Amino acid sequence: MAHPAAATASAHDVHAHELGFVRTYIFSTDHKMIARQFLFLGLFMMVIGGLLALFLRWQLAWPETPVPLVGRLIWPDSEGVISPAVYNMMFTMHATIMIFFVIMPILAGAFGNFLIPLMVGARDMAFPRLNMLSFWAGALAGLLMLAGFFVEGGHAAAGWTSYAPLSAIPQYSGVNWGQNLWCISLFVLGVSSMMGSINYITTIVNMRAPGMTMFRMPLVIWAMFITAILLLLALPVLTSAVAMLLFDRVFGTNWFNPAGGGEPLLWQHLFWFFGHPEVYILILPAMGIASDVLSVFARKPIFGYRAMAFSIIGIAFLSWVVYGHHMFVSGMNPALGTSFMITTMVIAVPSAIKTFNWLGTLWGGNIRFTVPMLNGLAFVSMFVIGGLSGIFMASTPVDIFIQDTYFIVAHIHYVVFGGSIFGAFAGIYYWFPKMFGRMMNDTLGKLHFWPTFVFFNFVFFPMHILGVGGMMRRIYNPMQYEFLTWTEPWNIFISVSAFLLGLGQIPFVINFLWSLFKGPKAPLNPWSANTLEWTAPSPPPHGNWGAALPVVYRGPYEYSSPEVPEDYLPQTRRLTTAGASSRAH
Amino acid sequence: MMRWLPENISTYGAEIDWLFYLIYYITGVTFILVAGAMIIFLVAYRHREGRRATYTHGNATLEIVWTIVPALILVILTFLSVPGWTRIKSRLPESDIHIRITAKQFNWEVTYPGPDGKFETEDDQTFDNEVHVPVGKPVILHLTSRDVIHSVFIPQARFKQDAVPGRVIHQWVEVTKPGKYEIPCAELCGFGHSGMKGFLFVHTAEEYQQWLKEKWPS
Repeated sequence: MAHPAAATASAHDVHAHELGFVRTYIFSTDHKMIARQFLFLGLFMMVIGGLLALFLRWQLAWPETPVPLVGRLIWPDSEGVISPAVYNMMFTMHATIMIFFVIMPILAGAFGNFLIPLMVGARDMAFPRLNMLSFWAGALAGLLMLAGFFVEGGHAAAGWTSYAPLSAIPQYSGVNWGQNLWCISLFVLGVSSMMGSINYITTIVNMRAPGMTMFRMPLVIWAMFITAILLLLALPVLTSAVAMLLFDRVFGTNWFNPAGGGEPLLWQHLFWFFGHPEVYILILPAMGIASDVLSVFARKPIFGYRAMAFSIIGIAFLSWVVYGHHMFVSGMNPALGTSFMITTMVIAVPSAIKTFNWLGTLWGGNIRFTVPMLNGLAFVSMFVIGGLSGIFMASTPVDIFIQDTYFIVAHIHYVVFGGSIFGAFAGIYYWFPKMFGRMMNDTLGKLHFWPTFVFFNFVFFPMHILGVGGMMRRIYNPMQYEFLTWTEPWNIFISVSAFLLGLGQIPFVINFLWSLFKGPKAPLNPWSANTLEWTAPSPPPHGNWGAALPVVYRGPYEYSSPEVPEDYLPQTRRLTTAGASSRAH
Repeated sequence: MMRWLPENISTYGAEIDWLFYLIYYITGVTFILVAGAMIIFLVAYRHREGRRATYTHGNATLEIVWTIVPALILVILTFLSVPGWTRIKSRLPESDIHIRITAKQFNWEVTYPGPDGKFETEDDQTFDNEVHVPVGKPVILHLTSRDVIHSVFIPQARFKQDAVPGRVIHQWVEVTKPGKYEIPCAELCGFGHSGMKGFLFVHTAEEYQQWLKEKWPS
């Protein structure tokens, strides 16, 4: 929580009036408060998304047996057994919640909001009211999504991809209001993300502090900038598609229903034209966070800064022309399969460049294994596995077999859990002192990191083996198939590891809540970092800076520069003559 | 060694498997190199009091090399993937065995055109969840669906193709080993999805003739 005393005491001439409780904590236009709101929203939803995953894992390891402890309370009719319809609902909602209400709010919402004005040297976002509206639209979307659990017929159960016509015609899935709410919620979320991305882009383009050129921006800001452009262009495609789907369901239009002249594959084209850029919306901010964290704790300039920035741009551009690799066996013309394979192979190149540059950043460093660094390193190594397994799917003949198996489940979790979530943890541990003005506990942080890292791999690595062995994703009970009976011990191993992975999050919850209220006060710059946010008070007041905006003299990654005796050189510090320096802040 | 791909029983399966293992070795070696380098760096350059990190912003030659090498590998993989894809998905071989598989919630309707070789005639016969084919002969499958999207998956034959309502998709497979194999549905199709299971019966030539005679006695 913020400290009202600190917030008001330093509110200068810029924001002289004191704000009431509601305007400070609830309907705040301060980008830092909106960032915290997005963070709390994301963490709260992560609990729900995570619990859903544990139910799924129970079913896969011990199919059709009652869920212990809570099963009989939640499903009294089936005596605690998860039914196939409920199972479909749970994996649909696990993915939907994790993607749209955990990773996007935390990475793009919380870190985008918190870091952009602070790291480019602005006082706030370009449109603070629009920013506030963006959060509340997002919260409303979350509420609508959660409401689906309580309506008759249950929540949406057609997968997070909601392929038509299963999703378009209520009789096919047996779900009516749940699927409608899913559409409405994502529509509202689309509006929210549009307001957010307009803000991000405008702020970065127009409101940089004196001296902050585009190529002096930290990579995390580059990542947020490109993510915002992707959000601006990709989310409206989904927003339109869910509107069309809702019209099919409620008003009897036939966009996707072949019986009325519609085309089921149109949904897939629209969905993946959004859906593939979405994967990069989820991973790019984490790449940016990891770049900054690695550089800070290796005490070294990032290796190949420009190549890193250009690969973010390259990935974003290519993300539009690879979407068809989700549809190799969909019935789309096979000739298109070949062209989508070429672009998909090409997109691996900028990802490889980024990986090698991260390695280059570690080389010759003076590496400190802080908790943010451990999470940043986990991000890099897990992203490598997720990236490499993607090559299997890019190759069209191999994809014929791999498509819709657990290999895909393994791949996507290495990218969005191993990647995005470790990136999010790196960011939370790294910026917590600035965000809340208090330090997190190091021991608890490590007690969180190591079980998470180990059990994450125990859960998701064996899924590659299941997938290669042919186990389909989204099946309720693998034991129904003779050719999958061998998967039973693996599924039990994965599920036990998943429960331990879940338990591994408890130290994080304790650490987060305890540090929020009782953590030791954070100094201005606890990590000896260069970027602008560390020159503002912890936490920064409304308006961020005093009377004058910071002035930027150099890039963000001047660590161990021979020009100064310290191993860091803040962007705002002016060197008058070589070696001699005066602090500008 | 743990079990990887299931046993292959189709003529094009070996090509898929070969590509799979090629990518497996390339990515495996890449991973070992990257992870190895990372571990070495983490140990060798761990924090020590008084030491200073190397001050460098990059190395153009190195960056060009590690851009071009992966690009070349990926170009080669692309070229190696095209012929198989074209053979499996874009071309249909000559065959006198045509089978229509109509997917619906939640089973496979398998229709044989009968002796006249034409669908929608009186001698058509439809079976539930049973596909009978002879060994060593290409079979043309006409895939469609009555309701939602399903996907015909025959893991051992390395066969997977979505069945989409409103269109008929023509595919082929030639199997090489007699036996009974499961056909799960690989695309989520509703609450009965994971129970939607058919069987592929691969017969020897004589057994297949026998089966035809049984079903079409005249």
